[in-house]
Amino acid sequence: MATVTTEQVQQRVVETLASFGPDADQISRESSFEELDIDSLDLVELAQVVEDEYGVVLKGEDMKQLKTVGDAIDMIVSRAE
Amino acid sequence: MTEPAHTRGCALVTGASRGIGAAIARALAGDGWSVGVGYRSGREAAEAVVAEIEATGGRALALAGDIAEPGVPDALFDALEAHFECPVLVLVNNAGISRDDLTPSLGDAEWDAVIDTDLSAAFRLTRRALRPMLRARHGRIINISSVVGLRANPGQANYAAAKAGLIALTKTAAVEVARRGVTINAVAPGWIDTEMTAGVSTELLSAVPARRAGTPEEVAACVRFLASAEASYVTGAVLSVDGGLAA
Repeated sequence: MATVTTEQVQQRVVETLASFGPDADQISRESSFEELDIDSLDLVELAQVVEDEYGVVLKGEDMKQLKTVGDAIDMIVSRAE
Repeated sequence: MTEPAHTRGCALVTGASRGIGAAIARALAGDGWSVGVGYRSGREAAEAVVAEIEATGGRALALAGDIAEPGVPDALFDALEAHFECPVLVLVNNAGISRDDLTPSLGDAEWDAVIDTDLSAAFRLTRRALRPMLRARHGRIINISSVVGLRANPGQANYAAAKAGLIALTKTAAVEVARRGVTINAVAPGWIDTEMTAGVSTELLSAVPARRAGTPEEVAACVRFLASAEASYVTGAVLSVDGGLAA
């Protein structure tokens, strides 16, 4: 997992979130899930993508703490290390 | 236009070596689905169902495993998806057991066995099924409940609790995932002529307005509809197939 970079995770997270509705160029580290209209089911699906690709298991409790896209990226990168 | 779902995915039917499950496996195969024929102990019967499907030009795979064992539900999915090289887009939670007794004498072991197989396993299979279905933005889960989940039948407190629980699971999960094109419905058969009902008292049969038992094929026809593209706006529903017994 040492090969996973923040940039790679960011790209995958943005790609996945964009598949739920918002335009990719609307998504930044500072964007909150609320303003992007990303709901709990979207976050569950994001967690599954992350698990499949990086082997990082994110539970419902982990996801509840996440407010912004940057929070999600940082948590995935820190767990993947 | 998107390709039909049966060309992009496969179907898993639990408890499909005989009775209602076997009829459902045959019906889905008839609609073009590659079908996983789940079974616990009836290996020969499951292989006969597979052979029958293959003889009519369909594709099927017998899958052994006791779904009450945690870990087995995921393993069945992994094996089926690897074999047909496609995601499971239809799950039919049909496997069920009964251990009848009146509540005052119903043992813990009989309670647990029925809840584990008829309810907890269906939950684990549903949870696993939703992964590929959410990704595919398409999926059909059909839970085979029972009229006794809707209407009392003395001697079946464990079975009734599991089957009513299955209806609550159906409704809750259905609303959670509805916006992803995944539908989850329950079918509630009444008295159906199968090995499972062969030794049961026929007292209930006299209460059936249709005055006869149903056939596995009559249940399978409803499942086939709920699995189809035509049923895309039906979700969280309970379809009684019982000759009017629950009406």
